[in-house]
Amino acid sequence: MPIGIKDKVVILGMGCSRFGERWDASPEDLMIEAYSEAMADAGIAPEQLDAAWFSTHMSDVGTGRGGLPMGIALRLPNIGVTRVENFCAGGTEAARAAVYAVASGACDIAIALGVEKLKDTGYGGLPVATVGTYIPQWYPAAVAPANFAQLATAYRHKHGVDAALLKRAIAHVSVKSHANGSKNPKAHLQKAVTEEQVLDAPIIAEPLGLFDCCGVSDGSAAIIVTRPDIARSLGKRDLVSFKALQVATSNGWEMHSNEWDGSYFHTARIAARKAYAEAGITRPREQVSMLEVHDCFSVTELVTMEDLYLSPEGGAVKDVMDGFFDAEGKIPCQIDGGLKCFGHPVGASGIRMLYEMYLQLQGRAGPRQLKDPRIGLTHNLGGQPPQNVCSIAIVGRLEG
Amino acid sequence: MLGIVGYGAYIPRLRLNRKAVTQANAWFAPHLGGKAKGTRAMANWDEDSITMAVAAARDCLGSGEDRSRVHSLYLASSTLPFAERLNAGIVSEALTLGDTVEALDIGGSLRAAMSGLGEALSKAQTIKGDVLLLAADNRKTRAASAQEIDYGDGAAAMLVGTRNVIAEYLGGGTVSVDFVDHFRLAGEDIDYFWEERWIRDEGIGKLLPKAIKTALKNAGVTAESVDHFIFPSTLSKIDAQLAKTCGIKPAAVVDNLAAGVGDTGTPHALLMLAHLLETAQPGQLIVVSQFGSGAQALVFRVTDAIRNFQPRTGASKWLARGVEETSYTKFLAFKSQLELERGMRGEQDKKTALTTLYRHRSAILGLVGGRCEKTGEVHYPPSRLSYTQGAPALDTQKPYKLAERQATVLSWSAEYLSYYPSPPHFYGQIDFDGGGRILMEFTDIAKGDVDTSTRVEMVFRVKDVDDKRGFVRYFWKATPLRDATAQVSE
Repeated sequence: MPIGIKDKVVILGMGCSRFGERWDASPEDLMIEAYSEAMADAGIAPEQLDAAWFSTHMSDVGTGRGGLPMGIALRLPNIGVTRVENFCAGGTEAARAAVYAVASGACDIAIALGVEKLKDTGYGGLPVATVGTYIPQWYPAAVAPANFAQLATAYRHKHGVDAALLKRAIAHVSVKSHANGSKNPKAHLQKAVTEEQVLDAPIIAEPLGLFDCCGVSDGSAAIIVTRPDIARSLGKRDLVSFKALQVATSNGWEMHSNEWDGSYFHTARIAARKAYAEAGITRPREQVSMLEVHDCFSVTELVTMEDLYLSPEGGAVKDVMDGFFDAEGKIPCQIDGGLKCFGHPVGASGIRMLYEMYLQLQGRAGPRQLKDPRIGLTHNLGGQPPQNVCSIAIVGRLEG
Repeated sequence: MLGIVGYGAYIPRLRLNRKAVTQANAWFAPHLGGKAKGTRAMANWDEDSITMAVAAARDCLGSGEDRSRVHSLYLASSTLPFAERLNAGIVSEALTLGDTVEALDIGGSLRAAMSGLGEALSKAQTIKGDVLLLAADNRKTRAASAQEIDYGDGAAAMLVGTRNVIAEYLGGGTVSVDFVDHFRLAGEDIDYFWEERWIRDEGIGKLLPKAIKTALKNAGVTAESVDHFIFPSTLSKIDAQLAKTCGIKPAAVVDNLAAGVGDTGTPHALLMLAHLLETAQPGQLIVVSQFGSGAQALVFRVTDAIRNFQPRTGASKWLARGVEETSYTKFLAFKSQLELERGMRGEQDKKTALTTLYRHRSAILGLVGGRCEKTGEVHYPPSRLSYTQGAPALDTQKPYKLAERQATVLSWSAEYLSYYPSPPHFYGQIDFDGGGRILMEFTDIAKGDVDTSTRVEMVFRVKDVDDKRGFVRYFWKATPLRDATAQVSE
């Protein structure tokens, strides 16, 4: 096991644009919104940035490729800007690169920014992605809801869960996130919904209905990181440090062997185990204060609770129904509304998750502030259940 | 002995209710009301002459992996998807017949399958091995035409050879004349017809007897001794009239499947023959004839070996498997006669990289995976490196055919989001018996047909259509196992 990054890197500043159907904003405008807030929060000048990492997924409808869009939009002082793309997990990946750059000593201060402009396609939902020349010749032109909906069929089968009960449990996941989102002025969807509304919504991909799917949003988020000593020298107190950053990527085993049962995320379990080890967490159900998980679909959130070892295997339905992950529950999840309601500008989402953890740990989360959180976990997933990239970050107060 | 050594058939699952057609068009074409009886076979959106030919071939060849007996493959159709690209070559790849098979397209008239059968019989005498003759049609028709009601879609297969002959070839007769009862210029979609009475009296009435009499003479048999007389036509009772003209007994006239299937065009005489052979008895004499730019008739005598052969599913079971379709607009859409709003998601470019297709043709068209010789694990698509956790082995995979294996559904969904010609779009992960997993599309399926643990089998279908460049992509799809006869025999 490597030494790891625990407490070597702290957050100097963060920013996040308003998410949603930003008909008013170009990707450049969204980047400036997040960047300006982050720079003001950090209290530094652009010349103090040593390097930048830029996360965007749908380059064809958003910003275009490479690091240039960020360098030009933000008029950065000719520092290195590297584009990071790892499906919906790109945001955490960009942050990981910045954190590693600081931890290695290569940079004093680094920035990671994610942006996605999805509402310039002309239709709802995610744009159809291209996947090379071979895959389209045999693989279905599948859409995300149907890829993730398959978790439900496999989970029901594995744990003998009645279809109606699972449908109600995942409805509760969405009801909870809408309630949380209603307290977040930057969220895409700020309206509470009832379980009946969720259950009665039109089906998008069996058994997922409209409210089981997250928002498709425009938005941007930025994080600036540095070493604790530099942060202190800049006058920062109440520091939030990285405890762990782990990524696991599928190697085709789930997709091609007959061993994976389709009901969970193999990568999430690997990344979670590694992250807990790096952070020194041995009893996650007791030690984790709050969560931001990749709730692209309600069922994803439900099974993820088991993958993160917060609910026992087969126990997520009960925990969800018991309100364990509600705002008033033991481990509040998606306290900012999550992908479901804050929204899901793909390349920005991982950093948006960190943004909420940062605000909560600094006591700056306003009406949705939790009482005395110590450890926050973000889970950022890219791809689909049989083949994906899972990034897990654990952040917390830097003690001492 | 020379003759037929095997046969197969295919009739698409959908059966369009003819009343749904006549009622929808009653405001415009009330004269078609009299045709509001029964159903016609209707190809699914992802079926064409190539895919139906593959289905008929599999029905004939069975699920055995060794198909080396097939020396030549002839594909007859008036609706071959490609004017340039060997259609039979695609079929051959799907059937994994191997690179040395002699594949050939035949077309030009509805008699093409009969001509192909004649050629196959000639060929079989000169080679070691069998000739597989396939015939299929998926004809387009104009809305409110008699043809859209009378026609049907389907395919037939005849395996011709000299060993284990089940129907011995006795002789044939051909008449080739430029009698234009209907025509379709290259590039056009729909047939143009001349007057029925002229076709009946001057065409069928004069040309068929000539071909049949020649065939009987060459076969050395009499008209009275014919037990089964096959002559497909959409003209009512003309088969019986023809039998009478030729001196064949009325009871010999074979049902033309008009009530449930309709006239499938090029394959129809052979489809009727495949249906008949399921119940034919040793010693019986069969005349198969078809009309088109002349006429052709072939005479066969059923042998004792008929008892040793049965198709995998067979025409009568395909007939029974039908499900009634009452949506006329679905039929029109599937036949490209109705342009539906596809939405922006339908704008996705379906360009096919031909280099990639060629490199992976065995995996794509033949559904051939790779089986690791060390672990026995099956990989799809095949790769140089195995997925084995902790011990990925290099270059241990040997080709492993999956198309004839059954599978079990692990997970699935049906979505309404993407553009799909027949929503909802079903797909999911399936685990093959003996190993191998593919996330693939499901077809011939409706809500309630699938769940985790549902048993499925493979069918070869159109995957995507590239409208922009005029290209069709083929791949395999899963369909629920409909009956026990489709069980793998291995």
